[in-house]
Amino acid sequence: MAKVTKLKRPELNRAEEGYLWSIFKGSLVTLGHALRSVRGKSRGAESLNSSGLGITMQYPEQKWDDHLPEYYRGAPALVTDEQDRERCVSCQLCEFICPPKAIKITPGDIPEDDPWAKVEKRPEEFEIDMIRCIYCGLCEEVCPEQAIYLRKDYAITGTSREEMVHNKKKLYEIGGKRVGLVNKWNDLK
Amino acid sequence: MELLLPYLIIIAKIVGLTFALGLPLIAYSVYAERRFSAIIQDRVGPNRVGIPLTLFGGKKDIPLAGLLQPLADGLKFILKEDFTPSHVNKFFFWIAPALTMVPALLTLAVIPFGSEFFGEKLVIANVSVGPLMIFAIASLSVYGITFAGWASNNKYSFFGGVRSCAQMISYEIAMGLSIIPVLMVFGELNLYDIVQYQADHGWLLLPLWGDGQSLERWLLLIPLSIAFFIFTISIFAETNRMPFDLPECETELVGGYHTEYSSMKFALFFLGEYAAMIVGSSLIVTLFLGGWSIGFTLDAHVERIFGDFAGLIHLGVFLVKIIAFILFFIMIRWTVPRFRFDQLMRLGWVVFFEAALINIFLAAIIIGAPHMGTAQTIVASIGLIIFTILMIKVAKGLDKAINKPKSLADHLDDPSPSESL
Repeated sequence: MAKVTKLKRPELNRAEEGYLWSIFKGSLVTLGHALRSVRGKSRGAESLNSSGLGITMQYPEQKWDDHLPEYYRGAPALVTDEQDRERCVSCQLCEFICPPKAIKITPGDIPEDDPWAKVEKRPEEFEIDMIRCIYCGLCEEVCPEQAIYLRKDYAITGTSREEMVHNKKKLYEIGGKRVGLVNKWNDLK
Repeated sequence: MELLLPYLIIIAKIVGLTFALGLPLIAYSVYAERRFSAIIQDRVGPNRVGIPLTLFGGKKDIPLAGLLQPLADGLKFILKEDFTPSHVNKFFFWIAPALTMVPALLTLAVIPFGSEFFGEKLVIANVSVGPLMIFAIASLSVYGITFAGWASNNKYSFFGGVRSCAQMISYEIAMGLSIIPVLMVFGELNLYDIVQYQADHGWLLLPLWGDGQSLERWLLLIPLSIAFFIFTISIFAETNRMPFDLPECETELVGGYHTEYSSMKFALFFLGEYAAMIVGSSLIVTLFLGGWSIGFTLDAHVERIFGDFAGLIHLGVFLVKIIAFILFFIMIRWTVPRFRFDQLMRLGWVVFFEAALINIFLAAIIIGAPHMGTAQTIVASIGLIIFTILMIKVAKGLDKAINKPKSLADHLDDPSPSESL
């Protein structure tokens, strides 16, 4: 059996019963908010990257970038290793796992006389259609060479479908350099 | 030419004061409302619209902190589809928006905007029945709202219209009665002369100069403050502003009387409401706060220094006062929550009506006391006390007569729950 508790409303004192005093107090709260808002001192304004008016962040001028977590999944991009070699070996695993089929790789052979002939393949062209991409991160997950990463870029815009397809040059531009483990590009392996 | 000149001056005044000053003021009070509300709620408000030079091949847009937002809004309202539902009464549906907007603009005619500018008073019609004409015409705007609600053939719109009708009638009485002590002090109904009187003898609520120092004048502040209070709240109710915006309360009635309206017809309702707000605040400023006068006996100096241009200075002072009052309107909107309808009616009929009546007698005794003998004054005071008691009795009786809706607390305190069910 549920226990029923009778709650009593708080008793009003004389001034509050008169109503006018309460309205006056209420207006002070309203005005206080307005003043704090104009001075950019609203509660939470600092932590929310406020524009200086209220707590609103105004997007193109202020951005949320410093609040993005480490694991943020933005645009996928290719990375080079510390010697500026492209890590991708054109295995096409990402192309096969990509759920919306956004990735398209044209593999190219590395010639026999190249010092890195043991790597066998590198991408001739690598395209990611950013209209199709769903930022799921499966390509990053599946890559054996850790050549593709989801970066923190989120404002991917363009005025045509062609512009929204990232080619190899653009992908390396976004991706930059990553230091660390490589497999096929490793001398010792 | 000699014959034409007065007409040309009148036309110039109409165009200047109504179209060049009044309409932009209405448009920008909408902007002020949005911006100030936003600031109160820790938001930003419309701050983007500037001059879009890039549309015309320029390099960069000129941002003006959103100051051109009213223009963009107007353009939007004109370009939107004007949809007339098939189930409405076409004639009244079309005439209603105009009936809301036109009275509000008509009342601008008697508002004194400033003193003399090259010998011409800055008031369109310097009639000697100013407040009466405003009351007569402003109450016409209830027809627009009622017609809109009725012609929409929609129950929520109808509720909005009926509520508006009831509300306007209840508050018009309190408003008319509350202003009588003010008119007794002035002995005048010409708004321009009223302002001139306040410039010379001290504002009604601020008698700090002229002959305002007398004891009688300070005593008069009591009934005048009550009158100011009742009048201001009645103006809130007349203009359907927030604590009293039951005709269009979004949470209960969708949009109220203008649910079925779109595009420019809706804009006319919207602007009509703001026009009424401006007329209301300019009436309050004119009657109680000295209209265009700067006060503190500075007006004579201004007239001496600026000569024919003193009118413009006074116009600026008047606008500052109006804008301050509109900001006060907006602040109240975001402070006081909406009344229930029975609370609204009780406030109008049980509190303000009686208070305004008592107030008239109080003001009359204070004004008349110096001319009456001591004995007569005492008799009159006793009469006032008896009248006050009588009025409070009447108010209590009315309060009981209005069927009090049982609140939740009453049900909880009820010892026998089966009975209340």
